[in-house]
Amino acid sequence: MKTQIGLTALLAALSTGAMAQNFNDPAEFERQKGLLTVAPQGPDGKPWEQNLGGEKVDTAKYKKPGPYKLCFSNAGVNNPWRVVGFTNMQAEVDANKADIASFTHADAEGKDDKQISDINAFVNSGQCDALIVSPNTTAALTPAVEAAAKKLPVVVFDRGVDSKAPVTFINPIGGYGFGIQGASFIAEKIPAGGSVLALRILPGVDVLENRWAAAERIFKEKGIKVVGAEFTNGDNAKTKAIVEDYLNRFGKIDGVWMDAGATAVAALEAFEDAGKPYPVINGEDQQDFLQKWKKNKLTAIAPTYPTYQWRTPVIAAIRILKGEPVTGPTWKLPQPAITTETLDKYVNDKMPPLHYALCGCEQMTNYPARWGGK
Amino acid sequence: MSAMAAQPGPSAARRFARGLNVGLAVFLVLYGTIAVLQPSYFEVEGFLNFLRRAAPLIILACGQLFVIAGGGFDLSMGSLVTLTVLGGSMLAGGNPENTWWTIGVLYLIGLGVGLVNGLVVTLLKVPSIIATLGMLLSLNGAALMWSGGAPRGYLPENFRALGRLVYRDVPLTGIMPLSVIILIGFVALAAWLLHATVFGRQVLAVGDNPRTAELSGVPVGATRVLVFVISALSAVTAGILLGGFAGVSTAVGQGLELQAIAACVIGGAQLLGGRASVTGAVAGALSLFALFTLLNLMGLPQPLRETVQGLILIAAVASSAWRMRRA
Repeated sequence: MKTQIGLTALLAALSTGAMAQNFNDPAEFERQKGLLTVAPQGPDGKPWEQNLGGEKVDTAKYKKPGPYKLCFSNAGVNNPWRVVGFTNMQAEVDANKADIASFTHADAEGKDDKQISDINAFVNSGQCDALIVSPNTTAALTPAVEAAAKKLPVVVFDRGVDSKAPVTFINPIGGYGFGIQGASFIAEKIPAGGSVLALRILPGVDVLENRWAAAERIFKEKGIKVVGAEFTNGDNAKTKAIVEDYLNRFGKIDGVWMDAGATAVAALEAFEDAGKPYPVINGEDQQDFLQKWKKNKLTAIAPTYPTYQWRTPVIAAIRILKGEPVTGPTWKLPQPAITTETLDKYVNDKMPPLHYALCGCEQMTNYPARWGGK
Repeated sequence: MSAMAAQPGPSAARRFARGLNVGLAVFLVLYGTIAVLQPSYFEVEGFLNFLRRAAPLIILACGQLFVIAGGGFDLSMGSLVTLTVLGGSMLAGGNPENTWWTIGVLYLIGLGVGLVNGLVVTLLKVPSIIATLGMLLSLNGAALMWSGGAPRGYLPENFRALGRLVYRDVPLTGIMPLSVIILIGFVALAAWLLHATVFGRQVLAVGDNPRTAELSGVPVGATRVLVFVISALSAVTAGILLGGFAGVSTAVGQGLELQAIAACVIGGAQLLGGRASVTGAVAGALSLFALFTLLNLMGLPQPLRETVQGLILIAAVASSAWRMRRA
């Protein structure tokens, strides 16, 4: 008995140790929940130029004659979401050729130290009129971004920094919003007292931790039994093996909640292979999931973290250098969820399986070839 | 006895038995625990499903075993698995008519990778751990460049079937996954090659003592090149099964090379060469896969799970080293 208590204490210590950062902030949860219902302002059909009620920042002091030299410090192009996003960004640059003299890109390959030196090199080169940053991690990049913001206008997007120094920080609603959209749908559609398996990529990434914190809270409130929360490392084979094990163990699982949809199809295949009915599931706006959803008439939802947000920083940087006001210091973009009603609009068999449907790229030059479509 | 001239030490039968003992004992304990937690594993179907999921790792372990037996390491296996899955989806593009030539091209790529690994190690005298680490990076880069980081196609259904199809209503066993049939064929071929051919004895001789092997007329260079080719071809085979099992993903091969090496060691293979058995490697891979499954079933939190995994790996290697010293 004593050893058991000791072991439990150890387990508790280990699990709280891993969660030392606070990823479960009730105030932020409520704020993002509220944002989900805000009607976006800005041009219709161009969500990447819309905002959810931000203030305007005066940028007159940055005004200078064009065309401009833009520099972009990128955390990495190390997953399909970022690949689609970066393709959007390059297409946006091409679309603004008249205003852009050069666009220089530095890929930090997922390393904080490389990104810090990339930013320093950009600032010291004198070859950048404005700097766009997609930070690898928040805390590590904050000083470098603050230092850069003293020399030139900086636009941050996707993941943030702990500072008000950038002219604006662009991103959609956020992790809690994603978690709320998926978990609320699942909780509503499965029978009372039903069971849910949560599949997560890996621990410790703020956006993903927020998604899970929101979902966990909702499942608890609605009395849903979470039979497991497993990390898949984003690996299809591992995902499928985990789901098979859970199906073996519990016989029946009513819902599958995911913190990101890349392995959603693998999870569904595990149900197919076991001869079980499909669960209520949330994926993301990836084509392979959307196509499977349509084909098998799943009960599903796809919360998104739209890749169209990669277009916005280029637009923002040009406006800043022209001295036009931009939304800031935070610029919240709409973050829609794909539902059965809107599914047909987003399914496109001609696009690659890992293409993210909310790219906002359909009207751009060289679509769909540039994004790998046919 | 003449067959063993270049191979001092315990007899083949004893090596076989020892490889079987260590890995198999670990496996039986782990599998027994799984089955207690989850009784469906006691049934034939449960076991065959387990085998189906473990098949890629077992095949990788058998390939890696040849390199280890010859005194080297192949760290490029995991990235070759990734390249196989991404390349397979790009080449086949979801069209079932393309499946067979796509598989042919994938094996040619594997052959090329194995030859380069082997030639770099033998001709340029680069230690295998460095040569294949370089290959790992190049292959990851090649896979990313080829696919642009986001795979552009699907694996057709008949390609997927190789890792996913399960025959139903089979006499005796009930079900029979196609990948298990492929697995049995592959393991039989590997066992024959290592334990029943001159080549197999030459591999062990080179791993045991390259100088002695060379003096007794073993073509050391050619043998070394061939083990890397075998390892690469096994990685392509595992990649085809994994792509079939779970579809296209960019993370599919990550870390598999280390698991394959660990499986060989748990199965009693001696690092730096000279001693190895296919049954041991199979048992080692089964143990490792059973360990992963067990940790999953126990539902331990991730950080603790990784710690346990690491400790068990070290314990397995230490115990096999201890047994070897006593032998």
